Parts: sequence; structure tokens; C-alpha cells
Amino acid sequence: MSVPLTLLGLLEREPSHGYDLKRDYDEYFGRGKQLPFGQVYATLGRLARDGRVEPGEAEPGDGPDRKRYAITDLGRAEVDTWLADPVEPEPHLQTVLFAKVTLALMLGKPAEAYLDRQRAAHLVRMRDLTELKRTGPLVDVLLADHALFHLEADLRWIDLTSARLTELAEAVRNR
Amino acid sequence: MNTPVVAGGILIEARNVHKSFGQTPALRGASVAVGRGEILAIMGPSGSGKSTLLHCLAGIFAPDRGEVWFDGNRLDTLDEAARTKLRRTAFGFVFQFGQLVPELTAADNVAMPLLLNRVRRRTAYQTAGAWLEKLGVGDKGGRRTGELSGGEAQRVAIARALALGPKVIFADEPTGSLDSLTGEKVMDLLVSLAREQGTTVIIVTHDARVAAYADRVVMVRDGLVSLDLGAAEAPAAKHAAKAAN
Repeated sequence: MSVPLTLLGLLEREPSHGYDLKRDYDEYFGRGKQLPFGQVYATLGRLARDGRVEPGEAEPGDGPDRKRYAITDLGRAEVDTWLADPVEPEPHLQTVLFAKVTLALMLGKPAEAYLDRQRAAHLVRMRDLTELKRTGPLVDVLLADHALFHLEADLRWIDLTSARLTELAEAVRNR
Repeated sequence: MNTPVVAGGILIEARNVHKSFGQTPALRGASVAVGRGEILAIMGPSGSGKSTLLHCLAGIFAPDRGEVWFDGNRLDTLDEAARTKLRRTAFGFVFQFGQLVPELTAADNVAMPLLLNRVRRRTAYQTAGAWLEKLGVGDKGGRRTGELSGGEAQRVAIARALALGPKVIFADEPTGSLDSLTGEKVMDLLVSLAREQGTTVIIVTHDARVAAYADRVVMVRDGLVSLDLGAAEAPAAKHAAKAAN
């Protein structure tokens, strides 16, 4: 999962301190694997260097960094592009897709349209693999079968998530 | 939704079709165009209207509103007798189950539509035998279809659908009652033979692995064709090139 883009997505809601970003990241996307503070500040430093975020004035108080970071137009455009781009269809992409859907709902962006694009990307890949099965040797058929079953599982997750979007949007916004 | 550009020209098309059953709307303005020789999969959740759309395209249901066009002519304005004739001469059907007469033999089942179209008995049975052979069930011609396995019965159903040389085959969950491997073999035969004959195929399925055999996939949601997942890269040209090699 892309930590920089996920942090940028969280910053699009409102300017935040590194501490708040880490807390929200851990709550929504950490799933038992917390983001180290060092990685949060290093990432924010790189994003600031590249013009994706803008640090505010240092605020008085304890802690390593009391700056509030705000997303720039460049950063916002990058989040939009990332959310709208289908993920390369491959097994075990749910964590990235999950992050995209959750952020899209948080930001009031068209999660359903993103899922539709992902569905299209998956079906195109499945069509290519099916063609490979129809024409290739048995070893290729077995490999293609393995990939097809995983892609099918992703698609079922996409279908179920599409059906639950309204409910999910409420859950994410009321949290 | 805009009508997509279809390679090879449009053969069959639903335009803004509405269909209700009592107070329940099944289609609420569905539009889809299918090209000559194209293999189209219609997907969608249960109750989305995908089977109703197939039945309207095949002239089994008459739409309440909207138009259905086949080969340059309105289909929805034809009377029942004319639509029945069209279904018997230009369309083939492969459903999940129930389209074969279990008391008749496989050869009888395949020959029946030919006999109904006044093909001579001897020719009808020769044609039926040849199609059963192509589908790999040539040795089952004398068996009653009620005694065949699911996979064998679906092969007989495909033979029956193709024997008349239809312009369109309508398939509703054609592998729904089959295991994965048998379903795959049935789809492979259906798609290969349809491409060989240049037959248009419209498949309703909830199974993405079945839809992956199609050149193009559309999604039906709430009675509308809400998403066209696009054709594979020039499918007609690709198959033509393959055939030429």
C-alpha cells in the first residue's frame, strides 16, 4: 500500500499534524501494523520537498514536530489520479483497493465509479487469461486458472463492496 | 447510455426498452447494441433485469416501451406468429436446463428444429449427427437426453442451437448447472463454434469466468445497461487474422 498517497489522501480532509495522521492511518489502514512516527515525518518531509504538502509554522508544545501540514493543489491532483486509476489486477490487491474505497468515501468522491473501472480492468485481464487458456499448453492453463480464481475472488469483493457503498459511506463519515 | 460503435455493423439492438411485471419494473430504459459475429456477455446482480433484457432481445417478451431491432427491422412490432417464426429460423437458445425433451434421443432433439423448418428427415438427422460429432457427443445420438450428464446435455443443447445456422445464439447461464471443468469445456465449444460460423452470441451470466469468454461485457443494474466494459482490441479483426493464419 502506498503510505505517501494514503497520507496525502488523509490530508485532503483538513490540514493535520503528523501525530493526527499517524493516529488516523493506524485506525483505518494499519490493521495491526502501526506506522512508525519516523516514517510519518520522513514521508511528510519528502512530500513537502516535492511540493505535495505545505508545512505551517512550528507551533509551541512537546513532541518532535508541531507543524500542521496542508495539501497543495499538486498533492490534491495526485490523490485524484491515484484514486481514479485502476490497480494492476493481481492477487492480494484488496488492501490497496480497500484504502482507495475508504478514502474515496471519506472525501465524498465517486467510489462506485472507481470500483467500476477496477471491475473493467479485472475483466479485461480475465479475458486475456481465458484466451491464453484456450490456446496455450496445459501448464499455462494451470497458471491462468490460478490467476483467474484470484481475480474472480477480487471481483466478488468488488461486487459486494459496491452493494454496500451507502452503508459504508455512513460508517466512515460517522466514525 | 450512448450506443457504442460496433465492429462489423449492428445485428441486434435494444433501444430504451422498458418492461414491467405487474407493478415491478424489470427494465427501465435499457439500451444495448450487439455486432455481427460479436460475443457479448450481460452481467449484473440478481434481479437487475439481465435475463429480461435477453428475453426482450430474443422476442420472447414484448417490451412495454422502447424498440428492439434485428437485422435492420423492428422486432418488437411483429405479431406473436412472426416472432415465433423468427425464433425458430434465426435464433438459437441455450439455457441452464429444460430446453431439451428428456424422452427423446439426443439426435431427435437436435433434428427437431430442422424438421419443424421442413428440412427432409434424412438430411435433418444427418445434420444432427454431424453437429453432435462436432460437440464431442457423437456416440450419444441414440440416448435419451434425460439419461445424459449435465455436460453432455448442454453439448446437445448447443448442437441443437447451432444446427439451424442461426444468426444469434441466446444463452442464459449456460454453465449454471455444471462443474467448473465441464462448464469451461462447454463455453470453449460454444465460443469456438460460434466464431467459426460467424454467429453472434449473447450470454447472460453472473459468472465472471464465463463472461471472460466474451468479446465485450455490459453490466445491467436496476433495469439499465449501466456500464459497457468495452470490446477487446478489435475482436473481429483478431479472429479473422487468426483464421487466415
